[in-house]
Amino acid sequence: MLRFDSSGKPFIIIRDQDQKERLTGSEARKANILAAMTVANLMKTSIGPLGMDKILVDQDGEVTATNDGATILKNMQVENPIAKLLVELSQGQDDEIGDGTTSVVVLAGALLEESLSLLEKGIHPSKISEGYEKACDIAVKHLLTICDKIEFDKENYESLVLSAKTSLGSKIVNQYTDKIAKISVEAVLAVADLERKDVRFDLIKLEGKTGGTLGDTELIDGIIIPKNFSHPQMPKQIKNAKIAILTCPFEPPKPKTGHKLDIDSVKKYKELLEIEQNYFKEMTDLVKKSGATLVLCQWGFDDEANHLLLQKKLPAVRWVSGTDIELIAIATGARIVPRFSELTEKKLGKAGMVIEKSIGTTDEKMIVIEKCSNTKTVTILVKGGNKMVVEEGKRSIHDALCVTRNLIKDNRIVYGGGAAEISCSVALNKASKEITGIEQYSIRAFSQALLSVPIALASNSGLNSLEAVSEIQLQQLEDKKPFLGIDCLSKGTSNMKEQNVFDTLRGKIQEFLLATQMAKMILKIDDIIRPTGQY
Amino acid sequence: MSEAYQPARILNQGSTQEKAEGARLSNFVGAIALSDLISTTLGPKGMDKILQSPSNLLDSTITNDGATILSSIQISNPAAKILIEISKVQDDEIGDGTTSVVVLAGELLKEAEKLIHKRIHPQTIIKGFRLAKNIALKKLKEIAQDHSENEEDLKKYLKKIAMTIFSTKILTPYKSIFADLAVESILRLKGSTNLESIQILKKTGGLLKESYIEEGFVLDKKLGVGQPKRIENAKILVANTSMDYDKIKIFGSRVVVNSSSKLAEIEEEEKKKMLRKCQKIVDHGINVFINRQLIYNLPEQFFTDHGVVSIEHADFAGIERLSLVTGGEIVSTFDHPELVTLGTAKVIEEIMIGEDKLIRFSGCKEPSACTIILRGSSKQILDEAERSLHDGLAVLSQMVKNPKTVLGAGCTEIIMAQAIEEAAKETSGKIQIAMEAFARALTRIPIIIANNAGYDAEQLVSELKTSHYKGNTTFGVDVMNGKVCDVQELGIIESFLVKKGMLLKASEATEMILRVDHIMYSAPRQRGMN
Repeated sequence: MLRFDSSGKPFIIIRDQDQKERLTGSEARKANILAAMTVANLMKTSIGPLGMDKILVDQDGEVTATNDGATILKNMQVENPIAKLLVELSQGQDDEIGDGTTSVVVLAGALLEESLSLLEKGIHPSKISEGYEKACDIAVKHLLTICDKIEFDKENYESLVLSAKTSLGSKIVNQYTDKIAKISVEAVLAVADLERKDVRFDLIKLEGKTGGTLGDTELIDGIIIPKNFSHPQMPKQIKNAKIAILTCPFEPPKPKTGHKLDIDSVKKYKELLEIEQNYFKEMTDLVKKSGATLVLCQWGFDDEANHLLLQKKLPAVRWVSGTDIELIAIATGARIVPRFSELTEKKLGKAGMVIEKSIGTTDEKMIVIEKCSNTKTVTILVKGGNKMVVEEGKRSIHDALCVTRNLIKDNRIVYGGGAAEISCSVALNKASKEITGIEQYSIRAFSQALLSVPIALASNSGLNSLEAVSEIQLQQLEDKKPFLGIDCLSKGTSNMKEQNVFDTLRGKIQEFLLATQMAKMILKIDDIIRPTGQY
Repeated sequence: MSEAYQPARILNQGSTQEKAEGARLSNFVGAIALSDLISTTLGPKGMDKILQSPSNLLDSTITNDGATILSSIQISNPAAKILIEISKVQDDEIGDGTTSVVVLAGELLKEAEKLIHKRIHPQTIIKGFRLAKNIALKKLKEIAQDHSENEEDLKKYLKKIAMTIFSTKILTPYKSIFADLAVESILRLKGSTNLESIQILKKTGGLLKESYIEEGFVLDKKLGVGQPKRIENAKILVANTSMDYDKIKIFGSRVVVNSSSKLAEIEEEEKKKMLRKCQKIVDHGINVFINRQLIYNLPEQFFTDHGVVSIEHADFAGIERLSLVTGGEIVSTFDHPELVTLGTAKVIEEIMIGEDKLIRFSGCKEPSACTIILRGSSKQILDEAERSLHDGLAVLSQMVKNPKTVLGAGCTEIIMAQAIEEAAKETSGKIQIAMEAFARALTRIPIIIANNAGYDAEQLVSELKTSHYKGNTTFGVDVMNGKVCDVQELGIIESFLVKKGMLLKASEATEMILRVDHIMYSAPRQRGMN
């Protein structure tokens, strides 16, 4: 872009004009909205129990098949800046809530789509934003009035299982929802502190294993590490193990400062040999002295150290990953010890049972640490016929875990199957009539956009979507029942209370807020500058 | 203005995507092509494939094993990749049925494709398939025979299963010999599934039927020079230690000398150090020393002088097996002879197989150990024989744990298919069509087997169906004679686990592929960037 200063000399405001592509004003906005709608449309077919999956082939040709919105978007490798924002949006919902990652994108897309016609009417984007803001407020307030509370405690967690089932219903695991929902809830309850309403997610480990089917997924009371004992003749089973966790290798130390040790005489050679031998002895002696009966090491061992450990009857596991070490430390109450000299009995962790198990015909072994003394830690061992299924199973279970955690934090729920959205839409329509001015238009648009999720739900379920949604709208209006939703599975009732389909209130509110925020942000952009062609 | 309304491109450059029908089509085409490719290897008269390695044209593999074929073909189609994956898992878990699982999945997808053309929603098809799968599984469990009570019976059935497995492989002509080999070695394991203690040794020369089972353990190594060729009542020290030059493992140490005489001194000391180590080893009171690493001439000489036989460079798997079978621990330090458990063997001797000298350990502590020695005229034949034998051993080892059998020769498939068809009659709605499709896909398996054998498959299988309908539920296809007959009499028996794995994995993969309506390909990673 060229401008001329007072003396007529040109100066450049934006360099290399011809290499940049630029869109401004309404064109920019429309291009952005279009990009957002493209992403939203892509995601629409994944919504609901009858939604479809996507296959993603990454740059190395690895295949991921998934239904999880956040995963699809993350692996899609989008280039368009607006699409990238939507990826972030879905990620935000995933980090915060863990579920509803698809709906939030669809809703944001719908909000933008609706704004397109408002823009054409000549309404200024910031007016639209304000209207959306207001509408979102009203919707959230309405959600608070229609929500229900569910009751549960450590023994009676049936209601939690039901909500986990709603979350799992749309995934490939839905054949085994009963079992997997129960496992998820039990896992969360095992580590949850119901008084403080806190769930420590790091105490739940998700381990995948191919073989069997998803229905063979099991909950293991303890920790699984995919490793085996360092010496084949070490005992495969240790009762009342005292665990020493080391982050230093079983090798003579390697000082970080560079140095050289010169040997110039036979005497020195002998001395050095002795020092070396002593290192190994000292190391194993120190471990033995602390009273440990199992050594977990983050690093490798030398052959000699390995054999010395065997001789001292100290089973050991090498190359345990950092995250596993931390988890074991938390679970068994062990301290992670960086030096042999600092190892004392107090720093050992305790576990009731440590077993090495082998699975299948190939020589794959796993070590199971059970009955940990300190905190309860559980592992969900996800099984499946192929690794793609296992991965998808893990993702689905993660979602179910999140939902359960959210319910423990806040036990309020709204009804699913689009019921909450439709109810909010109806409420917004009513509210819009009492507001004068341009905002009325935006609020109505918001109300329309909210219907996008139930419409997608209905059309994915093979229903006549518009008809089904408007029918529910009418029913909700007449009967004042906010729990009527789309009957996706043709169970013969649109009463979501009876179908036990519900979402967390927290998740739903978050979804509305994030989507609105995103729509506002995109509407505000009026200039896109990007380099064209070659990079 | 026009630019704003162009469809927005949101993906990276080079990325492509396929949507809805396109995606489905590409999935079906890929998966079905793969299953068609492999279906010709199914059954006793199935054909083999030659796999040529891309890097070395002389290196080729001839095989009939589904998992081997699939793992060596390069495929970019995502649905086909899913099928390859299930075959691999089936191989890991059970060991056999790696072809049938892919063929069944392919047939299911073929049926599903037809249904989609009839405008039935994929989710409805999935629902029907699930229902059908559960019925089939239930029926499968019902007809499975349990042989856990009678040990003699079990042995008989194990042999039959092994024969069934081998009859589809290169071992067919000698299936009885190999079945005996497999059963004997499996029974030695006494219920453990640790196939490691069965060693398979391949030696070119001779004929396949000259393969035999060797008591104890055979190590493909030579004894040290000038050492006795036969040792009785051996006490064995199994070690993993360096016997070439024993470096001091202190970081940063190096030898710096200012005269050659000093160098000689240190060298001398180094030698002494090694000899001291040898002395310590000899002090264990052993007469055989086996090391994972190399043994240099100096220590070897020392051992010979002290009447200890040394074997060097036994690789890692060998050393672990040795420690397992002789009961000795793997030793790396030698200061406490009293703490070390030594391995024992009655006789260690050098034997000849063909032209090669090998060391045989017999009368070991662990009686479960044995070695199957495979003979054959070429490397390819031996490799394929090993794969087949491994399949058989894997299935048998699982069988000992779960001794349930079903009938082979397509009999079980027909029973399952008919159970589904029965149930479908009582199910209304589109699900019914999907269930019938599942039954058809199951029926395709005997059809393919008969087809591969060169018979009029449709005719045979329809005859088979009729006889099942008449109540002869033990009937199947006899591919040797091309007629329908009683499978029980033929003794074609398969493991329940193989069939169950096939059914579950194939339907899980089908479901996964059917659920997809969108495929996104990332731009391939740029090669040669760094």
